[in-house]
Amino acid sequence: MALAPVTAILTPRKQEATEARLAAMTMPAGGWSDAARQDAVARVRAMGLPGARDEYWKYTKPEGFVDVQAQAAAVFQSDEAPMFDELDRLKIVFVDGVFDADASDDLALEGVSIDRLAEAADIHWAKDLYGVLEERGQDPVQRPLASLNTAYATDGILIHVTGKPSKPINLIYRHASEQSDAILHHVIKVDAGAEATILENGPAASRFNKCMEVDVADTGRLHHVRAQGRDHERRAITHIFARLGTESTFKSFTLTVNGVMTRNECVLELTGDDAEAHVAGACMGDGNFHHDDTVFVTHDAVNCESRQVFKKVLRNGATGVFQGKILVKEGAQKTDGYQISQSLLLDDDSQFLAKPELEIYADDVACSHGSTSGAIDEDGLFYLRARGVPRGMAEDLMTIAFIAEAVQEIENEDIQEQINNRVAGWLERRRG
Amino acid sequence: MLEIKNLHVKLEEEDKVILKGVDLTVESGKVHAIMGPNGSGKSTLSYVLSGKDGYEVTDGEASLLGEDILEMEPEERAAAGLFLAFQYPVEIPGVGNMTFLRTAVNAQRKARGQEEMNATEFLKEVRARAKDLKIDADMLKRPVNVGFSGGEKKRNEILQMAMLEPKMCILDETDSGLDVDAMKLVAEGVNALRDEGRGFLVITHYQRLLDHIKPDVVHIMANGRIVKTGGPELALEVENNGYADILAEVA
Repeated sequence: MALAPVTAILTPRKQEATEARLAAMTMPAGGWSDAARQDAVARVRAMGLPGARDEYWKYTKPEGFVDVQAQAAAVFQSDEAPMFDELDRLKIVFVDGVFDADASDDLALEGVSIDRLAEAADIHWAKDLYGVLEERGQDPVQRPLASLNTAYATDGILIHVTGKPSKPINLIYRHASEQSDAILHHVIKVDAGAEATILENGPAASRFNKCMEVDVADTGRLHHVRAQGRDHERRAITHIFARLGTESTFKSFTLTVNGVMTRNECVLELTGDDAEAHVAGACMGDGNFHHDDTVFVTHDAVNCESRQVFKKVLRNGATGVFQGKILVKEGAQKTDGYQISQSLLLDDDSQFLAKPELEIYADDVACSHGSTSGAIDEDGLFYLRARGVPRGMAEDLMTIAFIAEAVQEIENEDIQEQINNRVAGWLERRRG
Repeated sequence: MLEIKNLHVKLEEEDKVILKGVDLTVESGKVHAIMGPNGSGKSTLSYVLSGKDGYEVTDGEASLLGEDILEMEPEERAAAGLFLAFQYPVEIPGVGNMTFLRTAVNAQRKARGQEEMNATEFLKEVRARAKDLKIDADMLKRPVNVGFSGGEKKRNEILQMAMLEPKMCILDETDSGLDVDAMKLVAEGVNALRDEGRGFLVITHYQRLLDHIKPDVVHIMANGRIVKTGGPELALEVENNGYADILAEVA
């Protein structure tokens, strides 16, 4: 099987930048994860950190994630309550990437075992996964910033879901220092028949590199909802590597508001028959906001379903990027793949760059993809106004309606509502 | 109630004059009908009155309860009591019908300085009104007009009218795309709202709607003007003889 190559050449310049970055970093003593970290750093050296000429980085400048020094980012002040505050959940708090025990709940919940990467005992279940799924995700496209993460992550949460915990586990990120540079690596293992919800919210740091490896066993279910923090100048590169077994489910939704530079990569691998993977995102940005969703879904089993639903609301010169691929391997018959990426451009200055891709090596599959860019529908707007809804409010309603398809990918309706309220607040503030 | 004087309208984008001096007064408590051949300007009149973009008023005036409406935004006209039942109700994916209705009702109330309707009150009201129009809970939950049949869309328009309680209702070809039963249902909904304090302007091609919504006055519109005005018998004349005779007569 010949996969389309994605070119990334290790130029001397990239090599130099990579060595400079590595020289400035300290690898934490990881005990059981040491070997994986050594392997990861070797991968970083072999690939080199991304350069501006790499095809995979054509629409998003990697420098901000590669540079030795993280750029400063002001801390966003708001009296709006943080996301998920009203939910009953188990809280795990990181401040600038450092675990905050006082602000966190006890890491104990029935149906799940939770450890910190920095503290886990020497023989640990996560050994079979840490860096393993990340390494699998390096082919056929290189993702060196994820290997960098595996090598240098200072902490993270290791969640082993053995049952059905009664409440969600909420990873809460707080940004306190303008100069913070955080690397966290989470590993989640969902056993057969087990089911859990992971929530993430808040701006983690001025610069954040986060990696999440997810292994869902046969018939397991994992729900993931995150709201990336609103700090305008923050930068984030995040990776999700998920592997799905037979009849398992993984659903992930991300809301991004603000942030000068965000790239969320999601690499999903459907390895068992009848598995289901949904990944969705909505983002709202203005001005120098740059947001990149890069998704790679591999179907390697029969009768699996995957959905990618991405909506971007852009104004005042903001940029949105979508690179999404569905790869259907030989034998992955009855694949049902869906991919949609759309942007709502609220003015002429904003732009949306989309690269939807399908690569199919099976002959009995249904894959659809679509990508659009447009302004608010004038007919809908007039209809609302003719019923007495003021222009601004009508525009907001139309905007929330635009992202609805993505938000509805979240199964929990209370969480859907919280996301919509957050978006409504963002829009309202911009109307003044 | 609604007073239109010498209204001249052209398209903004091209040099095409559509209304060439419309004079029309709808009194409170009355139902006026406008009939006319295709392209006579009937729908344009309804759009201009409700404030749709793309039209330029070059002369004349229009007022609702003595207030000039032509300078108002569409939402201000709505709050002042004007309602247009659309010929083609717009689908808005992602906005729930209920949310839409409640937002509209409360926006108008707010604009008029009235207290907003709370959720319980609103739900009770909307359920009662919907029942009369045979609109079920599922239709209320679904996104505005999305996946609605022609009849469902028109019933949804009347539901909005019932909830918003406007002073002046303009119905733009509300009968188009309706079968006989659906037309009766819609007409009943309209008739239930007939009231001393409310005026209606019913735009239609066919007399049959007027069998169900009995007009007090019938106008014939042709080539951007009202060319003839009479009683309900005028509609029957059109039904029997077409527009040709009337147009020849006024030419």
